[in-house]
Amino acid sequence: MTPFTYARAEDAADALRLGQASAAAYLGGGTNLVDLIRETVAKPSALIDVTGLSSEIEETEGGGLMIGAAVRNTALAEHLAVRTRYPVLSRAILAGASAQIRNMATVGGNLLQRTRCTYFYDTDGSRCNKRAPGSGCDAIEGFTRGHAILGASSACVATHPSDMCVALAALDAIVHLHGRGGARTLPFTELHRLPGDHPEFDTVLEPGELVTAIELPPMNFAANSTYRKVRDRASYAFALVSIAAALEIEGGVVKDVRIALGGVAHKPWRASKAEAVLRGGPATEQAFRAAAVAEMADAQPLRDNGFKIELTKRTLVAVLGDLSGAAA
Amino acid sequence: MSIVDTLKETAQGLVQGAMSKLVPLAPDSWIPGGVPDPLIRQQHGLIGTSVSRLDGPLKVRGAAPFAAEFPLEGMVYAALAYATIPRGRIAAIDTAAAEAAPGVVLVMTHLNAPRMNTPAVFGSSPTAAGPADLPIMQDDRVHWNGQPIAVVLAETQEHADHAKSLIVATYAAEPSTTSLAAAKAEGPQPGLFMGQPLLNEIGDADAMLAAAPHKVDHVYRTPRHNHNAIEPHAATIAWVGDELIVHDATQLVTAEAQTIADVFDLKAEQVRVTSPFVGGGFGGKCLWDHQILGAAAAKLAGRPVRITLTREGVYRVVGGRTLTEQRVAIGADADGRFKALVHTGIAAMTPHNNMPEPFILGTRGGYAADSFKLSVETVKMNMLANTFMRAPGESVGTFALESAIDELAVELDMDPIALRIRNEPDKDPTSGLPFSSRHIVEAWRSGAARFGWDERSAEPGTRREGEWLIGMGCATGTYPYYRMPGAAARITLRRDGHALVEIAAHEMGMGTSTTTAMVAADRLGLPLDRVSVGYGDSIIPGTILAGGSQQTAAIGAAVIAAHHALVAELLKLAGNDSRLAGLAPDEVGSEDGGLAKLDDPTRRESYVSILERAQRESVVVSEEASQPLELMHWSMHSHSALFCEVRVNAVTGETRVSRFLGAFDCGRILNPKTARSQFRGGIVMGLGMALMEETQFDERNGRIMNPSLAEYHVPVHLDVPEIDVIWTDIADPHTPMGAHGVGEIGITGVAAAVANAIYNATGKRVRDLPITLDKVMI
Repeated sequence: MTPFTYARAEDAADALRLGQASAAAYLGGGTNLVDLIRETVAKPSALIDVTGLSSEIEETEGGGLMIGAAVRNTALAEHLAVRTRYPVLSRAILAGASAQIRNMATVGGNLLQRTRCTYFYDTDGSRCNKRAPGSGCDAIEGFTRGHAILGASSACVATHPSDMCVALAALDAIVHLHGRGGARTLPFTELHRLPGDHPEFDTVLEPGELVTAIELPPMNFAANSTYRKVRDRASYAFALVSIAAALEIEGGVVKDVRIALGGVAHKPWRASKAEAVLRGGPATEQAFRAAAVAEMADAQPLRDNGFKIELTKRTLVAVLGDLSGAAA
Repeated sequence: MSIVDTLKETAQGLVQGAMSKLVPLAPDSWIPGGVPDPLIRQQHGLIGTSVSRLDGPLKVRGAAPFAAEFPLEGMVYAALAYATIPRGRIAAIDTAAAEAAPGVVLVMTHLNAPRMNTPAVFGSSPTAAGPADLPIMQDDRVHWNGQPIAVVLAETQEHADHAKSLIVATYAAEPSTTSLAAAKAEGPQPGLFMGQPLLNEIGDADAMLAAAPHKVDHVYRTPRHNHNAIEPHAATIAWVGDELIVHDATQLVTAEAQTIADVFDLKAEQVRVTSPFVGGGFGGKCLWDHQILGAAAAKLAGRPVRITLTREGVYRVVGGRTLTEQRVAIGADADGRFKALVHTGIAAMTPHNNMPEPFILGTRGGYAADSFKLSVETVKMNMLANTFMRAPGESVGTFALESAIDELAVELDMDPIALRIRNEPDKDPTSGLPFSSRHIVEAWRSGAARFGWDERSAEPGTRREGEWLIGMGCATGTYPYYRMPGAAARITLRRDGHALVEIAAHEMGMGTSTTTAMVAADRLGLPLDRVSVGYGDSIIPGTILAGGSQQTAAIGAAVIAAHHALVAELLKLAGNDSRLAGLAPDEVGSEDGGLAKLDDPTRRESYVSILERAQRESVVVSEEASQPLELMHWSMHSHSALFCEVRVNAVTGETRVSRFLGAFDCGRILNPKTARSQFRGGIVMGLGMALMEETQFDERNGRIMNPSLAEYHVPVHLDVPEIDVIWTDIADPHTPMGAHGVGEIGITGVAAAVANAIYNATGKRVRDLPITLDKVMI
């Protein structure tokens, strides 16, 4: 652990002011950042505690929800409106980590988790382009069970570890940001990046920019949504593959659908190809399979993760089958 | 004393005699023609009753001092830096930044470490406990990826951790062998375990296998496993003058003290190792580099040192279970009788240690067969020395053997339990010795009835609920009874009627101190609250290794020996004024706080009375246990019949164990409460081995890539179903108390029971552990 200073921000403006210091980092529940500091992966000189920012969950005028960045994961998962109108989000959160960690973790912090690639964590013994840009990647030809099959690059094959973010990607969430240039919003699916030549950047955030809230737009059919996580033990493991999906069926036809995948890419993967195949078509297992095949058409396996291609397809078909049964 | 009083006392004596717990002295050895331990017959004592851990309240209150909790004046904290190449030399090591960092007291490397002798490697002598035949921080050589290359001492742990991250080493790498394929290409060598070759050949197994009408012949693979005790390794170390005190978490205080003494050119009595509480042992809490480095750094700094391994540190410094590749081939006749049993293969090892994972041990005594070919060979890799881990040999060996038997049952279209019973041997099939106590068939029958084995469909893949395929599997677990020489006990009987029993044994959480108190109380005829137990300290006489599930037997035999000496001493002290006058030790027994004549319990005197009359505050005896002759005369093993029900997801291949039952045949169970926990804990560990545990050893550079509990998966609560445990409770007439150790048997056979259940659920046979979902996806 490298020495750092600690300050608690009173509000967003205060956080922004404090956050302009070089090598400053915003601290939410600390469930990932503190680990990264202890492992000397992250070496911030200053920690700005932002857990004093908004921890409200409020109805928006348009009929959606505005979720403060400091809302704890547990509070979000338990919220009645989330459980009834966006069950996929509640289930995704509850599929992650442990009760203790969810009690600490904030919504803003969850977005900014870093990959669990073991080569990223091995500061002494392994090369990693994400940790030390340009140093090389020891993961690509190493242990890659948890690594990407979609959207990876020769520089990085890491995956994003969050469950909650997969649900947010499916729900067309909007990220509210505050930076030097003032406030702005961003579609959630544009927050995280693919690695390309610069895997050191997980997101498109500007230096010092702060997540202040997540907005869920209204989505009536999201009441028929769910999250399924496939992993190596029954609890407390990152997803090998996960599916967030919402499905609307009318007269046996898919009227609308949202699908996002976890555990397969550097970012929560919005399955737009699968959605396009499904939308307006029959809600049949055959169609679900065709959608899954379309989404996985570009998947690239590594040494240990080829099974994830078929696993993703099967799990997606099963999830859509469950949702179509529930909708019928 | 009036005549009335005398009569009254006589009458009371008769009554007490009739109800008494009068127990004769136990035999001092077990040989053919000898008698069993009389405590076996004694049915109204503490043995066999559920007694809660006596140290439970202490632990719950946080008042039990573990190794990293001894506060010492002026103590400094240690952090280790580790090598990042598998083999070569340290070309340069820059410690300037670390030395200049705040709070740092010193940085020790091979350049300034005190000169030390190479620790004698475990197995090279009865008191040798060294991890490998390698000098520790004495030169620039690197022998494994993760070897400690520097120790930082600082005023706080945080200062030490930070400073060690500033150390920069550069290396001159040399050719290394870090892949199994490369190691195999260099050629396997015969395995030696405890000095004996791991090889049995009886008859012409190859020919009989070839000729057998039914056969199976497959290769089974098990990966590396790492130790993950809840308490990471730690020691608090101080030099007091020329003496060295190590408050450690260890399974071998005596041998460790001797080995450390040799490293520093000290006499054994100059080193004291204590280990009052160990937060999980499993074979991993032995002597590794960190205790010696901590002692060396303490010497260099002139201050006490606390060295606590991080979880990563445990993976870098403490060896685990090595990988194996095992061939099991069984040839059988039409009735299922084994004509040939072949169990051969390789285990990876280092050039510097003595632990070829002996996976054939359980096969040697497991089943009758007309011919045998059993062997373990080793291949050498540049890696951290592998070591013991719960049931070394049997854990992984039973996976291969018991999977193969299940496969043969399918081939024969026979019930797998019936197939096992058909091949039940009437004597040890490889040594020819009679069994001391073998009741596995009873365990099979009672277990099958309780589990509902008859509900199993022999046809795989035929039971389904929604996405979930349901299957049942079974396997036999096995672990030998051991008793190692060298154990001793010291009994201090005080005039207030209290006995202190001291043994150089270890409490790793399993309840040894409680069970020892129970056994000693029954032996001495005292209530439990009149017995206290001292243990976990090298100043106590004798050597007792908490390993091989032998500690309970070793303690039992040592207490018997000390009890003999105590009775002799008490009869001497009782003298001619006692009602015991003139009696020899074998004419008396212990009961109700005193001694009495066996065939005339009215001739008795209490311990208190004897000591008072002799005007002694206490009497102290110390005696070594008899030689373990029983092991020369009988084949001695524990067994289990294991039943598993799994649910396998037909979409994803995820396996969830939904029910598990273990029916154990482990002699007489001393303390059902703690024994049940041992069995259950072993089964939980076996579930991890079956489904998820695997050390990710990067074959490119020999580096362990998942040194954390986030990435190295062990079962979480949701992975563990209710585990039912029953036992035969049939005493072994040839052991102290009729007992067998129960620490290791629990894990054996479990992985096979799970694998066999997965086959029954899905029709998919997985022969390499762990059985992750990608191997099962149908």
